[in-house]
This record gives sequence, C-alpha cells and structure tokens, in this order.
Amino acid sequence: MYRYDRYDQAIVDARVEEFRDQVARRIAGEMTDDQFKPLRLKNGLYLQLHAYMLRVAIPYGTINAKQLRVLAHIARKYDRGYGHFTTRQNMQFNWIRLEDAPEILAELAKVEMHAIQTSGESIRNISADQFAGAAADEVCDPRPWAELIRQYTTFHPEFSYLPRKFKIGLTASDNDRAAIKLHDVGLQVRRDEKGEFGFRVLVGGGMGRTPFVAHLIRDFLPAGSICSYLEAILRVWNRHGRRDNIHKQRIKILVHDLGPEEFARQVEEEWQAIQHLGDDMPLKEYERIAAYFTPPRFEQGLSDDLDLSDPRFAAWVERNVDAHKQPGYAIATISLKAIGGIPGDVSADQIDLLADLAEQYSFDDLRPTHAQNVVLPHVRKADLYAIWQKLDAAGLATANLDLISDIIACPGLDYCSLANTRSIPLAQKLAERFADPARQLDIGELKLKISGCINACGHHHAGHIGVLGVDRKGTENFQLLFGGSGAEDASLGKIIGPGFSEDGVVDAIERAVEKYRAIRTDGERFLDTYRRVGSDPFKEAIYG
Amino acid sequence: MKLLTGNHLVNGYVIWWTGEGWSRHVEQAVDVADKGEQIAQVEAAACRVNNPYVIDAEASANGPVPAHIKERIRATGPTVRPDLALKPADASAGSYVI
Amino acid sequence: MVEVAVPMSLRFRADEPADEPAVSLDAFLDQPNAFSVRIEGGDDVRRLAPALDRLKLVEIDFPRFRDGRGYSSARILREMGYRGELKAVGDVLVDQLLFMRRCGFDSFGPNQTIDLDVAAKALGEYDYVYQQAADGRVPVWKLRHG
Repeated sequence: MYRYDRYDQAIVDARVEEFRDQVARRIAGEMTDDQFKPLRLKNGLYLQLHAYMLRVAIPYGTINAKQLRVLAHIARKYDRGYGHFTTRQNMQFNWIRLEDAPEILAELAKVEMHAIQTSGESIRNISADQFAGAAADEVCDPRPWAELIRQYTTFHPEFSYLPRKFKIGLTASDNDRAAIKLHDVGLQVRRDEKGEFGFRVLVGGGMGRTPFVAHLIRDFLPAGSICSYLEAILRVWNRHGRRDNIHKQRIKILVHDLGPEEFARQVEEEWQAIQHLGDDMPLKEYERIAAYFTPPRFEQGLSDDLDLSDPRFAAWVERNVDAHKQPGYAIATISLKAIGGIPGDVSADQIDLLADLAEQYSFDDLRPTHAQNVVLPHVRKADLYAIWQKLDAAGLATANLDLISDIIACPGLDYCSLANTRSIPLAQKLAERFADPARQLDIGELKLKISGCINACGHHHAGHIGVLGVDRKGTENFQLLFGGSGAEDASLGKIIGPGFSEDGVVDAIERAVEKYRAIRTDGERFLDTYRRVGSDPFKEAIYG
Repeated sequence: MKLLTGNHLVNGYVIWWTGEGWSRHVEQAVDVADKGEQIAQVEAAACRVNNPYVIDAEASANGPVPAHIKERIRATGPTVRPDLALKPADASAGSYVI
Repeated sequence: MVEVAVPMSLRFRADEPADEPAVSLDAFLDQPNAFSVRIEGGDDVRRLAPALDRLKLVEIDFPRFRDGRGYSSARILREMGYRGELKAVGDVLVDQLLFMRRCGFDSFGPNQTIDLDVAAKALGEYDYVYQQAADGRVPVWKLRHG
C-alpha cells in the first residue's frame, strides 16, 4: 500500500498542529461553535448524540496491521473499547472528547493516518472496490488512481467551502463492487481500443432526500487528465450549485436541474479553459504511486484444493470466500454481522485480531467494505482453515456474506443526532428472525439495508430490501422499499406502502420473503423476482 | 415542562441545566419555562455548554422524562449497549426510553 | 446592502490601494473609466475578460464564510491573467486566509477583526501543498519529480 514520503508526512503533521490550535482557540472561547464547526468537521469530528464522534479515514478502504493496532489503541485509550466500520470504508469512534482530538490525530499521523475531510462540505474519502488487486475481473488495480486523486483533493483551496459534501467512488471492473453509480462522481478505470487507460466518468449519483443514479457524462477520459477534469466538475458545481436550501445543494441536484447533457457541456467547456494550466499530475507521479501497489509476492504453483470436510468451515467458504486471480489464493470476507450483534462494530480485541490475520495471512492488507464487512484480499487457500478457526473463536466467522442477515445498518438513533429511529435493534431482530443458516441459504442473496433517517447512511435506497426510519408523531416508524441495487445494475428502491412499527416491519419483510420464495423461478434472487413481477404481489402479501 | 440541554464543550457529555449549573443526570434538570434561550446564550458564550437547546419533558416521580425518544436516549445511553449507559448498573434506568 | 465599516485591512501588495470605490459588475462594464469592481457570489467573473487591462481592484464578497463561490471566482481571475488587487471582503475568518491566498487573494477586508498573530501562524502552517493553485507555490508532485 501507499507509504507517505516526507511531504505527505509533513502535510499531515501540519494539519494536526493546525487543528490543535483551532481546538485551543475554541475551548478558550475565541471561536463560536458556528465558526468552529466547519473546521472540526474538516477533521472528521462530529457532535453526536452522546459525545463527539471521530471518523478516521481509511483511504479507499485499504489498511495495514500497524494502522489497525493504532485504531485498537485509540478505541481503548480514548473511546470505550470499540470502533465502527462505516458504509464509506472509514472507522468511527463514538465517545471522543474534544480535548483529546488533537492528540488522537497526532497518534494517527504517526502511522500515516488522519481524519481529513471525512465530514463536512468536503471532498470525502474516496471509496474503492474492496477486491482491488485481487479480482480477476479488473483492468488494473484502481487504488493508485484513488491515491492520486486523494492527494489532489486534500486541502484543495478552491474547493474548501463547497455547497455540500462530495463523494467519489472508484472501480476498475464492470462488476461494480464499489457502488460508483450512487456517488457524486463515479469513476470506472478502463482501456480504449489502443489499450490506453482512461476513466468512464459518471456524475450526480447519490442517496438521501433526493436519490439519483449517476449519469454518464464522459465515456472515456484519458487517465492523465483526471485531476483537471475533476477540477472542471467541481468548479462548475462550486459556482452554480445551489446554496439556498441545504437539501438541494448536492451536485446531483445541479445535474438534474441542468440536465446531464448541459451539465456535461459546461464541464467540457470549463475543462477546455483550464487544461493548459498544468494542474494535472504527470505520468511519473502516477507511476511513483503505482509502485506501491504492485502485486504481492504470491507463491507460485499452489494447489487450489480445499478440505471441506468440516461442514461449518465449508459453509463459510461457500459464502464468504471469493476467487482470486492468483492460483492457490482466495479472497476472504470477514462478516461483521454476527446474529444479534451490531453491524460493523468491532471491539479493540477484534481489531487486534484482524491486524494479526492481515499481517500473517494477507500480505499485511485488510479492506473494509461499504457493506460494513472487512476483506482479507490475498490469502492462500491452504491457510483458509486456520484463519476460519481463529475467526470462529472470536465470533467473526458468520457465514452470511450477502445473505439476508448481512445487514447494513447506520448507527441510527442510538448514536446519531440526525436519526428519526433506531436502526440497530431492527437489524438485530431481523437477523434473529432469519437466523437459521439453512433458511438464509435457501433465500439466497438478499441485500438488506437500514437507514434511521433520510440521510441514507445505511444506503437503504440501494437495498434489495431497504428500510427507512421516519418519525411518525413522535414514534418510530419504518418504511419498506424494494428493488434497489448499488451494483452496475444500479436502481433505487421504491416504497412499497404505508409504514410499520419495528415489529411490524420484521413481519412484513418475512411475508415478502415468503412471497418471493413462492413465486421465484430457478436461480432468481429476491431482486430479480421483484424486478420481474413488480410491487403488486408483494403488496398483496404484506398488506393483504 | 421545558428542559435545557446540550453537550459539554470539552468532553462532549450530554448535560442538563439544573438551575445552577450543568449535570449529566436528567433527574436533576429543572423546568426552564421560557428562560431557556436566554440561559443558553449566556452559557454558550461562556463555553460552559456546546449547542444548547430546549426540549419538552413530562414530570414524573423519578424526575423529568423527555418527551421525545431521542432525548430519552441522550439521557440514558445507547439502547443497544446498556453496558455503556450512563447508569449501567441500574437495569431499570432506561426503562422509560421506548 | 449596508456597507459595514471595515475595522481592519490585511494587504499583501506593495503598490498603493486603488482609491475608487468598487462598483457592481454590471455598472463596471458600463463605465469604461471604472477600475474597481465588486463581485457578488453569483457573478460570472469571466465577463471581466475584456476589461482586465483597466482593472486595478476586484473585491469579492463572502456573504457567509461557508459560501465558497468566491474561491473559484478568484482563481478564474488569476487564470485569466489578472494581476491587480484581489480582495476578499465580508465574512472572512482567519481560518480561511490560507485557502484564499492560494486562490489568488492578496488583500482582505473582513467584517470582524482578525488577530494578526493568529493570521500569521495560519498562513505559515503548511510547508507543502498538494495542488497547483493561483499563488505560484510548487505542488508536491513537482517537488518529487523536478
């Protein structure tokens, strides 16, 4: 993975000192909360329900053992013994004290980590395919581009006070594991007929109050122009994005209001004006970064055989292990969705275990996913059993990847001041209702996503089944959506009908699942059946 | 009744106005009637509270009970981690949340 | 909009300030002798292209510090070759000064006092920058490769 040089380190260190000063000035009363808030948000520090919350960046979802151990240390020393993996591949700590924040950032800086631009109206962490560098279906590892773009967008002065947050997603595969079509800018690395690298550029996706699937605005952008092109996109939005209504300020609204063709035209026009200015990083810089992402030293000639005589191990392999491009290797997803647990939460001890496993078995490489799980991208098949045993002992071996109990849930009203409802108890009830492994396997792939409010941090619009928490006259109420997808076939879920109580929505989902089982054809997932038959059969089953 | 609440600037704790100062315990919160905004401004300017605001609550035998579930959760702690609640040893402390 | 008396001024230019009050963009374009213009958030600074030669002062207003349109306006002006005074006025706080300097602002008329010691510290905080901008600072990628 990328290693800071002295420039990267100096920049992060300077940021720590700058924030230390800003915190001191705030505590001394030299700044109001209104003045301080954007500054602390630029360092990932929210004021949440119970305390300050710190969102640490895990750039494009890649982290090593040393960094993980520091996260575990922060959890123990400054927080309450655990962290939370988010739907943008970052980690959150829920019980932070403002006075500790500068010291936490200093400790993070020592292991090349930070919380820069993880919240506020900033260019946020770039999310990327968690199988980068391991999957056979990518044209290249997208992460060097993610790192290049990360540097380009860090403290970009022109875009320091954007209308709203800005999220970039990156993949290098036609199989979109990074949900790029639901990002403000989605980038797919591709090659043209001559074999040159470039990007398919999509703009204007996003969930929340007004969800949209991103529009294609450029089918092939030469890779070396990505910085200037992003600059053009950001500038058009910075200048023309709405600033009068916080719910209408994302770039997706501008793209929608102008229409994608006009938006693309304005971007092209701006890009023509700035291309000659030399803002793009040269190929040499890309190559310097890419040198950190060369394939690990895989052993050659390893066997692909696996002893699957242990049925519980076999079940885990069946669900959680994916094919690796290198013979004898595999990609292992560790589910952080134990039945009855809290989706995405990991104790400090579990973080240490993940560090050990990454270091010992996966070339010191771990990948949080936007589904709140983590991936060991490069494991020898021969090591899978030993890994599984260690996971099993730590309660991390749930064999439910992409099954109904692999639920994405935002922290919800238990933690978040924006929420209308709690999400975690609902996730727990649902997981318990469908706990039977055989039943889950029979249902098959079903991506269930829960958001406690319209801000959609649980990505409910992208769920095959989505749940949205709403406030109904002071009580928690839940709306049910069907038919969303964050993959390359991106679609937005549709509300099925009137909302439910917490127990009511569990029952409703069960009725929908049973209906699916009754009418599905061979090989159809829930999503496929829904797309084939529409809402009516499900409405009938749910509401009678 | 009306309660004034906010977070402690430095440590982030949820705090409630007691009439004389700030407490972590909602049982000690007083009815601020229509003085909430005024007190909030003074206290925020003195950096004794961050982001203060007024909420509705009902009186009860055990002290004020916030009207909205969000505020009840703020008063007691995350419902899914009773071990992290303000009073983890008191099993009944959060019984009024839901 | 009532002009608040500016309590202070920060200026990073050696020449004399323009001594003509800044007029609106429309007025400026209508007055061939004017040399000071005031840009509001929604104005298109590219309309100044034909008048760059006579322009001595561009004030860009920040009605709220969170409204970042002025940063783009400033940078566009510098990209067009404007070398006169570029002044950020309005809700300008010390923590924005560095980004504003990088976008080409060389003077400031904040509507609240800025502590000059804090300002000096803020402006000198970073030895290195990742991007090229309007201040001529060499970005890190250039330092790496010469």
